[in-house]
Amino acid sequence: MTKELLKGNVAIAEAAVRAGCEAYFGYPITPQTELLEHMSSRMIELGRTFLQAESEVAAINMVYGAAAAGARVMTSSSSPGISLMQEGISYIAGSEVPVVIVDVIRGGPGLGNIQPSQGDYNQVTKSAGHGDFHPIVLAPSTIQEAIDMMGLAFDLADKYRTLVFVVADGSLGQMMEPAELPPMQELRPRPTWSLTGKKDREQNLISSIYLGASLLEEFNRKLQAKLAIIEKNEVRYEAYELEDAEYVVVAFGTAARVAKTAVQTLRRQGIPVGLFRPISLWPFPEQQLTDLADNGRVKGFLVTEMNAGQMLHDVRLAVGRGLPVKFYGRMGGAIPMPEEIETQILNLINPAAQPETTPEGSNGYINR
Amino acid sequence: MATLTADITEKLVYQRPDALADLYTHYCPGCTHGTAHRLVAEVLSELGMQEDAVLVASVGCSVFSYKYFDVDAAEAAHGRACAMATGVKRVNPDKIVFTYQGDGDLASIGLAETMHAAIRGENITVIFLNNAIYGMTGGQMAPTTLPGQHTTSSPFGRDIKLTGNPIHIAEILGSIPGTAYSVRRSMHDARHVIQAKKAIQTAFEAQQKGLGFSVVELLSSCPTNWKMTPNEALSWVRDNMVPTYPLGDYKVHEELQSKRGRGR
Repeated sequence: MTKELLKGNVAIAEAAVRAGCEAYFGYPITPQTELLEHMSSRMIELGRTFLQAESEVAAINMVYGAAAAGARVMTSSSSPGISLMQEGISYIAGSEVPVVIVDVIRGGPGLGNIQPSQGDYNQVTKSAGHGDFHPIVLAPSTIQEAIDMMGLAFDLADKYRTLVFVVADGSLGQMMEPAELPPMQELRPRPTWSLTGKKDREQNLISSIYLGASLLEEFNRKLQAKLAIIEKNEVRYEAYELEDAEYVVVAFGTAARVAKTAVQTLRRQGIPVGLFRPISLWPFPEQQLTDLADNGRVKGFLVTEMNAGQMLHDVRLAVGRGLPVKFYGRMGGAIPMPEEIETQILNLINPAAQPETTPEGSNGYINR
Repeated sequence: MATLTADITEKLVYQRPDALADLYTHYCPGCTHGTAHRLVAEVLSELGMQEDAVLVASVGCSVFSYKYFDVDAAEAAHGRACAMATGVKRVNPDKIVFTYQGDGDLASIGLAETMHAAIRGENITVIFLNNAIYGMTGGQMAPTTLPGQHTTSSPFGRDIKLTGNPIHIAEILGSIPGTAYSVRRSMHDARHVIQAKKAIQTAFEAQQKGLGFSVVELLSSCPTNWKMTPNEALSWVRDNMVPTYPLGDYKVHEELQSKRGRGR
């Protein structure tokens, strides 16, 4: 296989096809529409299921139906569409069927805009629907990583019978970079629990209803036990230049790419700074951050996100009160420049020497 | 010595169909859900569909219908049964996929999903019970509530100036090209129950032939929330619902034409 120049949305779609995605249901929304468009031709060519639904509400319930019927199935959307899908997402969590959802995040709240954002962090990791559950949330920072994540996402969904989100942002969805696609996988057989007709067996039922309090509590205990196993087994992160780092930038996705450039620039100046990049946003790499904070060398953290500080709270919980955890964020579709993050790192190292500066042409940043 | 049994041959004329689970239901006395369940189960068993059928249950009084039909089943979110059934059918095109929905579920919160399933000509069957009220939540106004009808959320009677007129689902769905079969039947007496069963059978046959969306609207009673005896409720269906919701065939695919006209 060789590298090709691929657009993020198209690469994610093709990676899903090659991971054996048997059915796709979705609704157009910028900046993820190319994903749906790619599916509309590829899935039909391959004799698989593609359907453009009348709404995101319908799309997620079609996904729920296809998952209940045992197909490897996915949908994709962007922030306002994910909000509409939350009802179905909760039902999917409550009936433990495997589903993959791609969220190409855009600026909010409300209609917001179609620019890149990380404003759905809380929504996908903590409040993806009513009730007690977390989806697995994977956040790529390059197109190659997004490609590799699609197969992983489907495998994790099947392994744990759970929801898996792959969260990109508008820039990852829209940009092009060289990447390599995996070979085509066979479609997997339908699981024994799926709805295929009750020939030669008892009825299969896919449902999220447990009317008695004790029954529903028992189900929730079982669900929480499963989530605890996922928390133990499925933490993923990248540690970059952390071996001797005294200052740590924590960032995910596109913000982490920018932060990596800033770290590289400061490293060339001899400044001992590194990058900690959560790849699984849930389960969050909490223990790894706690270990960094407790290693006796690290003196402070800078969290940078394309939102008002959502992952920030998870980092502060992990680090505790012993060390400073500063925040620098851009909102509304703005992407930070490496120089902005360099300035913030220098502020963290020596607050007195560096005045807080507003990046030129921007009044949209937020410090915490 | 003569034996009494020697001259008697047993002829079984009535039994529980295999597709109907051997359970007591949670339905109120006099409710026509039980009759509708029986009819659907008889049709599934008689057409040999039980092992290929997938039910998508809805939210409302029939929320537990998956317990009573002995077929593979999913429980959809409120109103989303036709979308969920679409997902099941698209990846299982050789299965018989049907929804069982009430008027709040189908005609109110699920109208978009229902309409678009019909517009796509989704090859599924919808059993739609219209009893002009929200039963499970205790008798609120539905889009199908009759003008002037008293409910717990239209305590002065449904005022059409404020809340519009009853929605005619069989007619609306019958007007859609993707619909192969759309009829309205009633369950207020034995003759109409027999006609209802024939319509349910035709609807499943439409799916078996791959003709597109099929729906049977069944006028049903709700003695509890209408605050009537079962007999009074059946009379109310006949005297008040049938005039508002005319029985009949609103779409019959040409390949089903021999089945036409049994509803009046």
